[in-house]
Amino acid sequence: MSNAAVTTHEQQPDATGSKIGMWLFLFTELLLFGGMFLLYAVYRAKNAGDFHYASLNLDLVTGAINTVILLTSSLTMVLSIGMLERRDRKRSLYFLFATIVLGLVFLVNKYFEWSHKIHHGIYPGSIELTGRTSGENLFYALYFLMTGLHGLHVIAGLIVLGFMAKMVATPARQSVPVSALTPDARVGATTVLVEYAEHDTLDQRKLIRLENAGLYWHLVDVIWIFLFPLYYLIS
Amino acid sequence: MNAIPAKHQPIPLSSYVLIWLGLLMLTALTVTTASLHLGGWSVFAAIAIATVKGTLVLLYFMHLKYEDRVFKVMLFLALLTLTVIMVLTFCDVLFR
Repeated sequence: MSNAAVTTHEQQPDATGSKIGMWLFLFTELLLFGGMFLLYAVYRAKNAGDFHYASLNLDLVTGAINTVILLTSSLTMVLSIGMLERRDRKRSLYFLFATIVLGLVFLVNKYFEWSHKIHHGIYPGSIELTGRTSGENLFYALYFLMTGLHGLHVIAGLIVLGFMAKMVATPARQSVPVSALTPDARVGATTVLVEYAEHDTLDQRKLIRLENAGLYWHLVDVIWIFLFPLYYLIS
Repeated sequence: MNAIPAKHQPIPLSSYVLIWLGLLMLTALTVTTASLHLGGWSVFAAIAIATVKGTLVLLYFMHLKYEDRVFKVMLFLALLTLTVIMVLTFCDVLFR
């Protein structure tokens, strides 16, 4: 009896605490990218003409498509969380897969975009770029740095989402005290693992994890929301 | 008391779809605005629209609207820090 009480107490998840931890981590990301946005802003202020000229060479259509892809992946992410909240593991998993597929499509687009640039000899330190103005060099250095770091964040997010999919796919199980079972189920067992039916602590814990993974994914989306106009639109 | 949303009430999924549609429309708007050649205003418009989009994601997709006050205060302090760093750096760059 006391064992059961202790177990319940230990399993009590702290939703606010873990969310605060996640947000604190997100702030470090915010300052990391914030520093780069600052670099961009200062160099742009000093090389307005070159930045204008260089940004005309970026493909607006690819950038816009990638924006729509990431926005949609954010929607499927919240829908996945919403489905888990409603105890619909199957749909939660479907939306999580959709999010992962959209993230991969984003990366594929990014790959083609980068290779296109690199085939034209545009990459930091290339012979093509050394012949151009310092402003254009700064633009492309920042472009590769910021979209590259953002891409790494998308990859990290996809890995996290992969773990989340495994977690959601695993049915929630809860150890139940024998006294809670029917006499039939009691035979030959002191503790039995049963499929959960009601809102239980284990499921709550999964929800918190999925929500925190979602927060990370959305932050990556927010960063892209600012990267897109600064590199593809302002010209 | 009506202003405080019930914490354990899941947010209707349809509202997420509406926010997403809004975000798509803002994306279309920002692309259209950029092609209008508004000069100096185009930078302002692009950043303003991006800020609105980012705020929508933060408030609804990241649930900030429904969180405790401590989350909003924390985000405010983080953004304030970033703003101070940016303003001071720009003062240095522009008035040196």
